[in-house]
Amino acid sequence: MGFQMIQKREIAPDIFQLRILAPLVAKAARAGQFVVVRADSVAERIPLTIMDVDAAEGFVDLVVQVIGTSTRKLCDIGQGNTVLDIAGPLGKPSDIPSKKTALVIGGGVGIAAIAPIAQALKKNGNSITAVLGARNRKYLILKDRINHMVDRLVCTTDDGSEGIRGTVTAGMDFLQNQKVRFDQGWAIGPTIMMKFVSQKAQSMGLPIWTSLNPIMIDGTGMCGGCRVMVNGKIRYACVDGPEFEGSLVDWDNLILRQKQFASQEKESFTICKGSKIDEANQ
Amino acid sequence: MKSKQKIQTPMRELDSKKRITHFEEVALGYSQDEAFQEANRCLQCKDAPCIGGCPVGIDIPGFIKALRENRMEEASLILKFSNSLPAICGRVCPQETQCEKACLLSKVRETESVAIGRLERFVSDWEALNPVTLPQIPLIGTGRVAVVGSGPAGLTCSSELSRMGYAVTILEALHTPGGVLVYGIPEFRLPKKIVEREVNTILELGVQLETNVIVGKTVLLEELIDQYDAVFLGIGTGTPKFMGIPGTNLNGVMSSSEFLTRINLMKAYRFPEYDTPISVHGHVIVVGGGNVALDCARSAIRSEADSVTIVYRRTRSELPARMEEIHHSMEEGVQFKWLSAPVAYLGEEGWVHRVQVQKMELGQKDESGRRRPIPIPGAIEELPIDLVIEAIGQSANRVLFDSGRELSVNQWGNIQTFGDDGITSLPGVYAGGDIVTGSATVIEAMGAGKAAARGIHEFISSRNRSIHK
Repeated sequence: MGFQMIQKREIAPDIFQLRILAPLVAKAARAGQFVVVRADSVAERIPLTIMDVDAAEGFVDLVVQVIGTSTRKLCDIGQGNTVLDIAGPLGKPSDIPSKKTALVIGGGVGIAAIAPIAQALKKNGNSITAVLGARNRKYLILKDRINHMVDRLVCTTDDGSEGIRGTVTAGMDFLQNQKVRFDQGWAIGPTIMMKFVSQKAQSMGLPIWTSLNPIMIDGTGMCGGCRVMVNGKIRYACVDGPEFEGSLVDWDNLILRQKQFASQEKESFTICKGSKIDEANQ
Repeated sequence: MKSKQKIQTPMRELDSKKRITHFEEVALGYSQDEAFQEANRCLQCKDAPCIGGCPVGIDIPGFIKALRENRMEEASLILKFSNSLPAICGRVCPQETQCEKACLLSKVRETESVAIGRLERFVSDWEALNPVTLPQIPLIGTGRVAVVGSGPAGLTCSSELSRMGYAVTILEALHTPGGVLVYGIPEFRLPKKIVEREVNTILELGVQLETNVIVGKTVLLEELIDQYDAVFLGIGTGTPKFMGIPGTNLNGVMSSSEFLTRINLMKAYRFPEYDTPISVHGHVIVVGGGNVALDCARSAIRSEADSVTIVYRRTRSELPARMEEIHHSMEEGVQFKWLSAPVAYLGEEGWVHRVQVQKMELGQKDESGRRRPIPIPGAIEELPIDLVIEAIGQSANRVLFDSGRELSVNQWGNIQTFGDDGITSLPGVYAGGDIVTGSATVIEAMGAGKAAARGIHEFISSRNRSIHK
């Protein structure tokens, strides 16, 4: 039972790249889709964007930042051991154009989610500019990998340890000053970042896809927990998304909904930090 | 021996004060004496109207006769011959509108029907401790069948086909089998170990189970059509409806599906032992009047709610929920607010705090034969609330239809079937249960699964015959 984790690497402090055997998911996955993962028999089901797949080898790569109980448990699973459940690929794939100019923006661990989109854009002959942002240079994950896929790379860090000092919107300002124009943008990162990037993109007249990460349970449209307001209508991020046009998303509502279980999550994480889970799964 | 007892032998239950402190099963089942006493009330009618009231056609007089003559193994075999999930049906079937409604005793003045459901439960719980094996039926079918969904329809279809000799693979989207039996119906009505036991019985027939496979995503329907001789779709209704009133996206407003999935499937009532949280506190309202609404209310009252109120737009006489569940809810302290419908949720800092409720009165009968609720102009009141659970129904899940092939659906988005065996617009693809009928009962879904198994058998065997000609 379960899905074997064949490789685990810590690519930045508390950010892990997990390579997991899941042949059916690897075969079916397209850029922009996610999986729902359950680490062990008492764990939550959590959605994680697929970073990469290898259909021939049958594995998926996930990049996970430890932020709470569920991500802690997942990243504590030892290489060679198993993740109890992986279901997917879920959500609609990204709508990838051909031979256009594209801007992809990744912030923090969202850089990993932007990577497969950049790859798919490259495959379709688009001209790609990437803006990657993180708090400091150590957290600019997958920079070299993405650099190979894109025509232009702009990095931003909060502390100025690499690239432009500031957030990814400072990177967008830089490109705007250079008079670079794009047909379509993508932005994935913390919700607050996507909110400001969407506002900026709208002021630039740039349509932008944002990949939303509300709280989910099943990920198949069954519970309605992941509902978001888009253009004044209730949409389910798991089946109608996860990508929505950024200018249409009610960001403040999403931010509030993400905090729905904040106190329970904190309580659970405090308990979890005291114990190692891995053995229980084997 | 003829019994003169007019009413059903009562079944023991946990005390209502105690049971609201935990999620253990409320109904305790019959003792052997009680079961004999009740079985002796059966008239053994020659024409057995009760069988006609059962969607899977159990030989009801037959199993009751075997039971009262203390031939338990035979009673159990009779049940299992027609019903793959007797321990579940004995607990959650609305017998009062099916077999028990047809029972001749219920037509006699001041007399109740035989408690068929309780007897079914007694026999199947006996069988759990004294397993019997259905005699092998001569293998009549050869071929491979994919069954999509492991709820009541899928499990029944799988069991029937497997017993006919087919190689059956169940594809389940969630991490655990059972469908609505595990994510929907709460532990206190249907313990999950009972579901596990019934599922295992079916797997022991040789049925393969693959969890975490979402048809339409992980594999496409057209791949299944290519790889299998036939496909059965028993995927349930799937997607929750919201009333869509202002404030729906406030924290503290959720669908019954989310609330019950957290509690039942993810065991949030045991947080933090289980990681999935739920926050039940203060004043809880549940909107709706079906069994799902009552399941939510009774789950909330077992959590840390100060008060739980069902808000229903009609009156008690129109309430669609089972009598037994209404009775249980009232015993447990669930309150009811009749002729009321929320029109807006009001919040502070993103959290729901108050609800505006429109008072209604009943007008003329509508299509459903029930009197239509009509708003009384200006009659709006505000109530303080901390959690709202909307239990107003589900619509068809859209995930499956991401698939390329054209599957006809009706105006509600449910899969269209043609004839009694559940054949869809695609040859070799059958469907049954809630995805065809909209929300219905466990036993109706099982009936559909059983009918589809016969349809699939005829489809594959006639095709095999034409190949061999």
